[in-house]
Amino acid sequence: MKRVLVNEPVCMGCHLCEVYCQLQHSKHEDMVKAFKREPSRPIARLRIEEKEPLFFPLGCQQCEEPYCVNACLTGAITKNSDTGVITTDEEKCIGCWTCILACPFGIIRQDLLRHKSIKCDLCQGLETPTCVANCPNEALTYTTIED
Amino acid sequence: MTHLPKVKYLIIGNSAGGIGAAETIRCADKDGSIAIVSDELYPAYSRPLISEYLAEKCSLGKMLFRPLGFYEALNINTILGKKVIRLDTKIKAVQLDDGTEISWGKLLLATGGIPTIPKVDGLNNTGVFTFTTINDAKEIDQFIKKGHRAVVIGGGLIGVSVTEALVKRGVKVTIVEMKDRILNTILDEELSAMATETIIKHDVRVITKHTLAEVNCLFGTDSVHAVTLDDSRGIPCELVVIAIGVRPRTELASNAGIKVNRGIEIDCFMRTSHPDVYACGDVAEPYDFVYGENRLSPIWPNAYLGGRIAGFNMAGEATEYQGSTTMNSLKYFEMAITSAGVVTPPDDSYEVLSRKYDHSYKKIILKKNGLLAGMVFAGDIEKSGIVFGLMRDRVNVLDFKQALIAENFGFLSLPEELWRQRLKTAFYPQFSKRRLVKTGVL
Ligand SMILES: Cc1cc2nc3c(=O)[nH]c(=O)nc-3n(C[C@H](O)[C@H](O)[C@H](O)COP(=O)(O)OP(=O)(O)OC[C@H]3O[C@@H](n4cnc5c(N)ncnc54)[C@H](O)[C@@H]3O)c2cc1C
Repeated sequence: MKRVLVNEPVCMGCHLCEVYCQLQHSKHEDMVKAFKREPSRPIARLRIEEKEPLFFPLGCQQCEEPYCVNACLTGAITKNSDTGVITTDEEKCIGCWTCILACPFGIIRQDLLRHKSIKCDLCQGLETPTCVANCPNEALTYTTIED
Repeated sequence: MTHLPKVKYLIIGNSAGGIGAAETIRCADKDGSIAIVSDELYPAYSRPLISEYLAEKCSLGKMLFRPLGFYEALNINTILGKKVIRLDTKIKAVQLDDGTEISWGKLLLATGGIPTIPKVDGLNNTGVFTFTTINDAKEIDQFIKKGHRAVVIGGGLIGVSVTEALVKRGVKVTIVEMKDRILNTILDEELSAMATETIIKHDVRVITKHTLAEVNCLFGTDSVHAVTLDDSRGIPCELVVIAIGVRPRTELASNAGIKVNRGIEIDCFMRTSHPDVYACGDVAEPYDFVYGENRLSPIWPNAYLGGRIAGFNMAGEATEYQGSTTMNSLKYFEMAITSAGVVTPPDDSYEVLSRKYDHSYKKIILKKNGLLAGMVFAGDIEKSGIVFGLMRDRVNVLDFKQALIAENFGFLSLPEELWRQRLKTAFYPQFSKRRLVKTGVL
């Protein structure tokens, strides 16, 4: 399946991937509106991990055998058997945070206002995830990995 | 007596374990017949959500663990509202309470647990409930009125979850816990105290070191009007919820001569002492890597995963259960707590590291050999999964133990070689199949 890979020597830690991720997952298409008008700022589904001089944008690894899916109490997190993409049905999620404890990468986020857990969905509907498309240094690539 | 045609895979229990097995079997075997029997009438639902239902935050539809049409899509036959009353492993058949007999090729016992009921007088009266099924939640829902007073016996996860729901419905609750603190199996002393403080703020009374002695009724009626505790003190109430624990439903197995300890004994393929009978979930004793032994593991994720492993093996794909341990997350009363494994070390051979920050608390418990035995995180929990992952994969953390409880802990706080190696694991299945096929175990 296709995954987001990181070429960390060229990541400058500019955080644009986070910003575009937030924009993509907000109700507004306009950056300023997305950040200033929404009652809660949209949450980035990937995070720059820092240990200078290293920067590493870390998002859902779309695990082959996902711990979060196997742990989900409500059936909200599922893995699409055709595409392999793991997504959360926010209607079904009750914010019990079991997936947070299950994820070995620590990349599931808490939306504390709405009591939902939030994770990368590889920008369903877009050809290329927005973090990859907008990385100025091509530190992120969207690549097919052979199983 | 009705005989149904033989099914290749029969599953008793239509919940986390049963569904985990059924959907895995269907992946591995496209046409083998699968049937699931349950004495509950509903399609599989998320049991932990019964408190959301009682709190009127969640409809029955939203509780379904799988979408409508799930069973049809996977061609799974369901026999709901029927109880299996007898298991015969010689002729490989079960009998249902309506007399129907079903023969099977492989059987999974995913029968879960049943509430433990204390031996005290007055439990048959109107107003006494347990809280483990959707029917329990419906009965309480129909019974309660705003302003009612409830006594919840047992301050574990189930007791706290029903308390939250009752509080949301305007019921005044008293929790009675026999040990010296609530949530004592999943939280350490520090966080039990914090949880108690939080719960008390919601006008709940918490009584510890006491237990129920008797349920009392209004004279001449069968309606609950008080409970008496073991120190003879009376607490007036209209309802009592018994939540002192669940006991594995092992009767079918033990009556059929299958080995049972506290739960059904299983090997790493989730197989019982009978080669064609498997067990998983709350009724079974899977391998716990923290204790280094098989033991009860009554949590949803382990039931589902156990079912999944059983499913592979039942369908002929030898797959080993890598071991698990208890892991819990708590969101009741707006708390955010994650915990796993041993939360209070049983002796001083363990090393405990903990740190408190403004809005969070982090604690890890290490064994002498550098492996994690337990962890408790509160407040800032988003990265607690990284620590649990190290625990689950038995990574020696001695060299960087302090980093795990640091305020700014993140994935890159791990040694570089380790985080690189861990990233790669995402691309591989988490349990080994090859090794077993080679050694020809199945
Ligand atoms: C209120 C509550 C809150 C919880 N919260 C959490 C939580 O936050 N996190 C967590 O990890 N876990 C939680 N749990 C525990 C979790 O629900 C269980 O670990 C899980 O349901 C176990 O799944 P299982 O498939 O083993 O069995 P069960 O869910 O118990 O299902 C077994 C099924 O088999 C049926 N059955 C049994 N015997 C027979 C028979 N002879 N014939 C026909 N049918 C039979 C039963 O009726 C039942 O439907 C909670 C439980 C409760 C009650």
